[in-house]
Amino acid sequence: MESVVTHAEHRDDFGAKLGMWIFIFTELLLFGGLFLVYAVYRRLYPADFHDAALELNAFLGTLNTVALLISSMTVAMSLTAVQKGNQKLAARLILVTILMGVFFLFNKYHEWGTEIRDGLYPGSENLMGQAHGVTLFFGLYFFMTGLHMLHMLVGMILLIVTWVKIKSGAINSERYVLLENGSLYWCLVDLIWIFLFPLLYLIP
Amino acid sequence: MPEPNVNNKQPSYLEFQGRFKGLAGWIFSTDHKRIGLLYLYAIMTFFLVGAILGVLMRIELISPGETIMKAQTYNGVFTLHGIIMIFLVVIPGLAAVFGNFFLPIMIGAKDVAFPRLNLLSWWIYFFGAVLAVMSQFVGNGPPDTGWTFYAPYSTQTGTNVVAAVTAAFVLGFSSILTGINFIVTIHRMRAPGMTWFRMPLFPWSLYATAWIQVLATPIIGITLLMVVAERVLRIGFFDPSLGGDPILYQHLFWIYSHPAVYIMILPAMGVITEIIPTFCRQKVYGYKAIALSSLAIAGVGYLVWGHHMFTSGMSVTARWIFSLLTFIVAVPSAIKVFNWIATMYKGSIDLQPPFLFALAFIFLFMIGGMTGLLLGSLAVNVQVHDTSFVVAHFHYIIFGGMGFAFFAGIHYWFPKMYGRMFNIKLANIGIAILFVGFNVLYFPLFVIGVQGMPRRYYDYLPQFHTGHFISTIGSFILAIGLIVMLYNLFYSARKGAIAPANPWGSQSLEWTIPSPPPVENFEEIPVITEDPYNYK
Repeated sequence: MESVVTHAEHRDDFGAKLGMWIFIFTELLLFGGLFLVYAVYRRLYPADFHDAALELNAFLGTLNTVALLISSMTVAMSLTAVQKGNQKLAARLILVTILMGVFFLFNKYHEWGTEIRDGLYPGSENLMGQAHGVTLFFGLYFFMTGLHMLHMLVGMILLIVTWVKIKSGAINSERYVLLENGSLYWCLVDLIWIFLFPLLYLIP
Repeated sequence: MPEPNVNNKQPSYLEFQGRFKGLAGWIFSTDHKRIGLLYLYAIMTFFLVGAILGVLMRIELISPGETIMKAQTYNGVFTLHGIIMIFLVVIPGLAAVFGNFFLPIMIGAKDVAFPRLNLLSWWIYFFGAVLAVMSQFVGNGPPDTGWTFYAPYSTQTGTNVVAAVTAAFVLGFSSILTGINFIVTIHRMRAPGMTWFRMPLFPWSLYATAWIQVLATPIIGITLLMVVAERVLRIGFFDPSLGGDPILYQHLFWIYSHPAVYIMILPAMGVITEIIPTFCRQKVYGYKAIALSSLAIAGVGYLVWGHHMFTSGMSVTARWIFSLLTFIVAVPSAIKVFNWIATMYKGSIDLQPPFLFALAFIFLFMIGGMTGLLLGSLAVNVQVHDTSFVVAHFHYIIFGGMGFAFFAGIHYWFPKMYGRMFNIKLANIGIAILFVGFNVLYFPLFVIGVQGMPRRYYDYLPQFHTGHFISTIGSFILAIGLIVMLYNLFYSARKGAIAPANPWGSQSLEWTIPSPPPVENFEEIPVITEDPYNYK
């Protein structure tokens, strides 16, 4: 019986990209809910949000923004490299991207560490004693950057997979939709940070 | 009528031996038809559990005072009934079962666009279901918040809310992935010649549904995550004592949960739209109007969530805008009803069980829809808010609408899915009992609701006794109807007479292939040259 059924491989790169784009919509809406909550509470407690935002380290935030922007560039360059058949360069550029991600997480680790030492984490006695708006700001700060970091981790795992596949030749100039989708996802992570950064650090 | 192609040499999807044998051949299969049946069995199981809980609640309410359970148990039971019926049964519902099974066949494809993702969706669903059931047994007692998880109670109650909320989040993820899969499938995999307006109307309704799944579900996802964060990390998103706003929770919750009602009902309308032309031997009336009204419902339905919150505290302007939009969303729904009835006009009607279910659907859906307009008008809403009137309205739409459409669909496509016929006489008896039981169960709730019976109470004043008593009797009748129907289906799936490829004389693509379908559906991808409902 088995011989009758031939599983011809179904390949549709355009469809795969379409799926990724729709998935990116859902991610944007996921964070959209948080941006909505941020907007509501910023309007309710403008003065508290002002004070709380001044506590954040804008220098580290800027450094991280630069790192993510560079990583988005390198991941896009890697895609072009694969399309032009330069596997070696593509693999290196992916590595640079991952390193930028690690750099970001390292900075974030220090930033969170300082804030937790200063008793600014949700549930801490210090923070609970402060004005409602300040508590909410830091709640949102940890929740939004935490969720963003989770997305970075997922993106980095995806990039490691593409790195392995570029090395093994499974991703090549004929077949690179996985890399394309991976870089789309990475740019989404970058994009969300581009909105988080000014909202949290720059507009006190 | 298209000639069924019975010369297909492939084994049927039920017999085909893939990489795994036995149970593993099902739960690791990427065949959309097997995944459809996996959803069917899971949903049927949970539906029975939910129905038993429903009957238990009705027994509790048969007389005033404590009858079989205490107040706290009752709170747990109605919460579990809600979580199971909403998140595990009706939200995946028709789209996951019939969508998976018939979408690829109806558009002339061999499978969905991402078969492995499709299997992953089922596994995520299964995992979420396990978590939902577990939330009842671990921790500090079953959740007692109702399926809406309203803050601030949900952030403060000592019961096991975190597990239940996480389960709902996980189930949402499954719903999103199915939505993405269906959108890409419909965009990319229609058979040559099947333009958008040659596509059958069930896929059209799935398309609208999938967009709601994709665009609305993330909002509930993030909201539920915030509830979890609030409980675990004490971030005061919705707790007034920490500066949060409970009304904001209601907004975020209903931004998803109202469109979710259309996730439930749109595929149901799609199934009814397939059944009516088949049994009237008539081209569907106003094809484009039905197709586009699905999109209109999806679009406008996104903007009416505020009508759940007329008494929660909102500005007068916001209230009348939401009320107006609620009335507007009734227009595309009414377009469908008129077109179904116009399709029957001068048709040669064949009163088979699926068609009888479809008629019951139209009747019950209209009662549900009309009472929805009552609830959408501001003055009446204040009077009947949170009464059993709302319970009755909701069940007329969800059970009378989506539930009966599910039954219609399973009777319509049963011969195709299993290659066997069910007993038509027994099915007709089942329909009669279900229809009577349903109305006896839910109609009295309208009456006592207007008189002031609050919902979610395990006790009531003596003047509501008659209504509750009749309603409970109705639940027994309904249960008998379900047993008759399920017995017929289970028995026939194994022992029924062999079904021909096209028992109902339908025109659409799924009836041109053998029953049960071969493993790859079509030997050759068909080329579509005419409209889907070409009966004359």
